[in-house]
Amino acid sequence: MVTLTINGREIQVPPGTTILEACKMNGIEIPTLCHDEDLRLAGSCRMCIVEAKGRPLLVASCVTPAEQGMEIETESPAVVEARKVILELLLARHKLECHTCEKNGDCRLQDYCYKYGVKDSRFAEGGSPKYPITDPNPFIERDYEKCIMCTRCVRACEEITVARAINVQGRGHNAKIATVFDGNLADSPCVFCGQCVMVCPVGALSSKVSAGIGRPSDIDKRVLTTCTYCGTGCTLELNVKNNRVVGVSSNRDEEWSPVNKGALCVKGRFGWDFVNSPERLTAPLIKDNGEFREASWDEALDYIAEKLANIKTAYGPDAFAFFSSARATNEENYLAQKFTRAVMGTNNIDHCARL
Amino acid sequence: MTNSIAELEKDADCIFLIGTNTTENHPVIGMKIKKNVLYNKAKLIVADPRNIDLADYADVYMQHKPGTDVALLNGMMNVIINENLMDREFIENNTEGYEEMKQVVEKYTPEYASQITGVPAEDIIKAARLYAKADAASLCYAMGLTQHSTGTDNVKSCCNLAMLTGNIGRPGTGVNPLRGQNNVQGACDMGALPVVFTAYQKVIDEAPRSKFEAAWGVKLPDKNGLTLTAAINKAHEGEIKALYVMGENPMVSDPDLAHVEEALQNLEFLVVQDIFLTETAKFADVVLPAASFAEKEGTFTNTERRVQRVRKAVDPPGQAREDWKIIGDLASRMGYPMKYSSSEEIFEEIRQLTPSYAGMNYKRLEGRGLVWPCPAEDHPGTPYLHKDGKFTRGKGLFSPVEFIAPAENPDEEYPLILTTGRSLYHYHTGTMTRRSAALDKHVPENWVEISPVLAEKLKIADGERVKLATRRGSIELKALVTDGIAENVVFTLFHFAEAAANTLTNADALDPVAGIPEYKVCAARLEKII
Ligand code: SF4
Ligand code: SF4
Ligand code: SF4
Ligand code: FES
Repeated sequence: MVTLTINGREIQVPPGTTILEACKMNGIEIPTLCHDEDLRLAGSCRMCIVEAKGRPLLVASCVTPAEQGMEIETESPAVVEARKVILELLLARHKLECHTCEKNGDCRLQDYCYKYGVKDSRFAEGGSPKYPITDPNPFIERDYEKCIMCTRCVRACEEITVARAINVQGRGHNAKIATVFDGNLADSPCVFCGQCVMVCPVGALSSKVSAGIGRPSDIDKRVLTTCTYCGTGCTLELNVKNNRVVGVSSNRDEEWSPVNKGALCVKGRFGWDFVNSPERLTAPLIKDNGEFREASWDEALDYIAEKLANIKTAYGPDAFAFFSSARATNEENYLAQKFTRAVMGTNNIDHCARL
Repeated sequence: MTNSIAELEKDADCIFLIGTNTTENHPVIGMKIKKNVLYNKAKLIVADPRNIDLADYADVYMQHKPGTDVALLNGMMNVIINENLMDREFIENNTEGYEEMKQVVEKYTPEYASQITGVPAEDIIKAARLYAKADAASLCYAMGLTQHSTGTDNVKSCCNLAMLTGNIGRPGTGVNPLRGQNNVQGACDMGALPVVFTAYQKVIDEAPRSKFEAAWGVKLPDKNGLTLTAAINKAHEGEIKALYVMGENPMVSDPDLAHVEEALQNLEFLVVQDIFLTETAKFADVVLPAASFAEKEGTFTNTERRVQRVRKAVDPPGQAREDWKIIGDLASRMGYPMKYSSSEEIFEEIRQLTPSYAGMNYKRLEGRGLVWPCPAEDHPGTPYLHKDGKFTRGKGLFSPVEFIAPAENPDEEYPLILTTGRSLYHYHTGTMTRRSAALDKHVPENWVEISPVLAEKLKIADGERVKLATRRGSIELKALVTDGIAENVVFTLFHFAEAAANTLTNADALDPVAGIPEYKVCAARLEKII
C-alpha cells in the first residue's frame, strides 16, 4: 500500500492508484472535465489540478499516480487561482446561454463557475470562433459554441460505440470537434447512439427529442427500467416530468446497468416518444356495423366474455387461439397462457418468436 | 444464448457471426464485438448474403447465397476434420453421433461447398482454421439463420461445429442465438408456446400437466396446440373461430399478408389488445387499450437469459390498462377468478411452477437481475450453460445434416432471390418506432437494396421508385443501389405497412420442426415503373 497525505489527512491506497482515485475513495471531491472513468485518460483540461508539496508545478490528479509520502492539497489558494484561470479561458470561447440551455442545472462548467465565483472572462477580448448550428439530423443538437474541447465525445464514440465518427479538427484556439469532412453526422459513420451526448459535461451536445420539454435538472424522477426494443436488454432511465416521459438517460453503474453500462443505441435513447403519441388508444372500442365506438371496460369485457364462452360451447375449446407478445412482460405472458389453457381449455397459444 | 453478452467483449478470441447483422439489430452487442475485434484483436468471421457493417472488420467475410448455410457449415467442418483440427477429447468425453455426422460431412469438400454457396473455397478453409484454432470461439446467429425452411437444420449445423471444436461450456464460447425482441426469450420461458408450459415443461407429459392442474385447479388440455402460422391457416379454413391478439401485429409481421387478411376476416370474433390501432386492430370486433412498457411493473428476460425488472414511470393514458390486469379481469368475468394485486404476485406464482426461475424474486432482481437457470434462492444464476461440456441430455448429440435447397428458387419469371430484415432505426412492425418522431424522420420509407450490376441491367437509377413482385403480390418502393449485395439478391425491410415486405413473402415454406416461415429466401422480380 502507498501512504500519502491529502488535505492533512493520512490515507492508504493500493499502488497504481491515481491521486484523483485516491481522493474519490476517501470522499474528497475534485472537479474534473475531461476525465471519464470508462474512457482512456486524456489529461487535457487541467481542471483536476492539485498541489503536491515539493513539486514546482501543479499536477493533474487524474493522470498522476499517488506516491509514497506525497503531501497533497486539493483546494489551496494556488489551486483555486489556477482553476479560475482555466474556467475563464473556457468561458472566453463559450456561448453563455444558460437560460435556454438543455444542460442548465446539470452542467459541469456552470457548477464550477458557481463554485469558484467566475462570472466572466478577462480573456474574452479576441472574440470566440463562430460555429453556427447546422446539422439537420433529428436526434442530436451539436452546438460547438458551447464546447469545452474535453474530447469525451470523441473517446466515447471511439471506445464505447466504436463508430469513430468524430474527431478533433484544427489546433489551438480554432480546434473543434467534427466529422471527417466537417459535415453532418448523417454523412459520417455515426449511428446516432448518443453516447457522445451521454458523456458531454456541458450543453454542447443534447437530445433534440427532449429539447424544450424537460431538462435533466427539472425532471421529477428518473425511473430505471429495461429497453422495450431488441433482445439485448439494455438498462435505461426514463426521465419523467408531470407524469410524462420527457427523455431517456443512462445509468452508467454496472451494478444497475449490467448489460450495457449506460451505452444505448438510437432506438433506446431517442425512440421513446411513441409513449406520448396522440394516436395511443385510450378507451376500449367495440365495432358496431363496421364502425368503432368507445365503450366502458365493463361493457367491453362482458361482451368479450360472453362471445368467447359462446364460441367455446358451440365449437369446442380448439376453435380459439391466443397470440401473445414478445413485447409484453413475463408476468403478462404467463397470464396469457394460463388464460388460454385454464379458462379456454386449449393449447392454441403462441407469439411471434419466429417472425 | 448459451453464453453471456459480456463474454463477447472480452473472453471470446474468435467470433463467428452467421445470419446476424448485429450492429443494426442488436446494436449494443455489435459495439462489444467491434471493441473486442479492434482493441483486443479477437478474430472475426462473418457469413452473410449482405456485406454488412461488421464484414468490414472481419478476417474472413463469406457472402454465401441465401439459404445455403448448411452447405457452408458442413464445408467448414469438412476442413476441420480433414486437417485434424477437431477437439478429440471433447468429442470423446462429451458427445455422441460423431461418426454419422462425419460421414455426411465427408462429401462437403471446400470445393463442393463453394459450388453451392458461391463462397471461394479458400475462404471456407480460412474460416474453418480460424474458428477451430481459437482458444475460445463464440458462434452467434439470428433470424438470418433461422428464418428458413431449413432453420432447424441450420441451427443443428452450428451446434455440430461448436461441439466438433469443443467450443461450448467455457467462457467466450457457445452457440448464441441473438434474439430479436426485448422479451421473446421470456415469452418462450413463460410458456406462450403451443407445446409447453413455463420452463419448457411439455403439455403432453403427464407429470408437468398434473402439476399445473393442481396449481390452477382445472383440468388441462393434453394435446399440442397450434403455432401462430398454423392458427392463421386454420382461421382461413374456418376451424379457428375466435382469436385474441395481445400486442402482436400479424397484418405486418406474418408472411403473405393477403392470406392473413382473408384469415382475419373469416373469424367470427377478433379481440386485439394493443397500445395503438394497428393494422391488425382495424379488423377487430373489440379493441382494448393497453399500457406501454413505461407504464407498468414487471420483468423482461433478455437474449442471454437475464431476467431484469421493468418499472413503471408514468400512468397509462386515458383508460388504458396493463395487459395483466385486463386478462385477469376477463378471466374472472368468465368464471375463473384471477385476482392479482400486482405483477410481483404473479411472479411469485411463476416461480413456484417454473424450476429455472424458482430462486428469483423481485428483491433479488434489483440491480443486476438474475440469469436462469436459478433454481434456488441461494443460487447465483448461470451465465453460461453446459459447463465442462455437460449437456442437459447427458451427452451432446451430433446431427448429420444434409444441405436442402430453399423452398422457392429463382426461375425465369422470378429470377431474383429476395431476403428481408430490419433497419437500425426501426423495430419489427414499426408500431412504436414509426410513431417516434426522430426515428421516422430519419428513415421514413422502405427501400430495396440492389447491386450495381442488377441496376445497370434493369436500367434502374439509385433512388428511383421500382416495383418488387413475387408470386404473392407486389409493392412499390425506392431502389438503393449498393455494392453490399450479390448480383441476383435483393433485400428489403419489413417495418413499413404501406410497402409491406410480407406482402411478398412465402407462407407455404415453413421449417418442419419450428414452423418458422422462410422470410430470408423467396423468388422475386424487380420492375421499372413506367
Ligand atoms: S451519436 Fe454515437 S456514433 Fe454518433 S458521434 Fe455520437 S457517439 Fe459517435
Ligand atoms: S462536444 Fe461536449 S464532450 Fe465533446 S469535446 Fe465538446 S464539451 Fe467535450
Ligand atoms: S438500447 Fe438498442 S441495443 Fe439496447 S436493448 Fe434497446 S434496442 Fe437493443
Ligand atoms: S480531469 Fe484531469 S486533466 Fe481533465
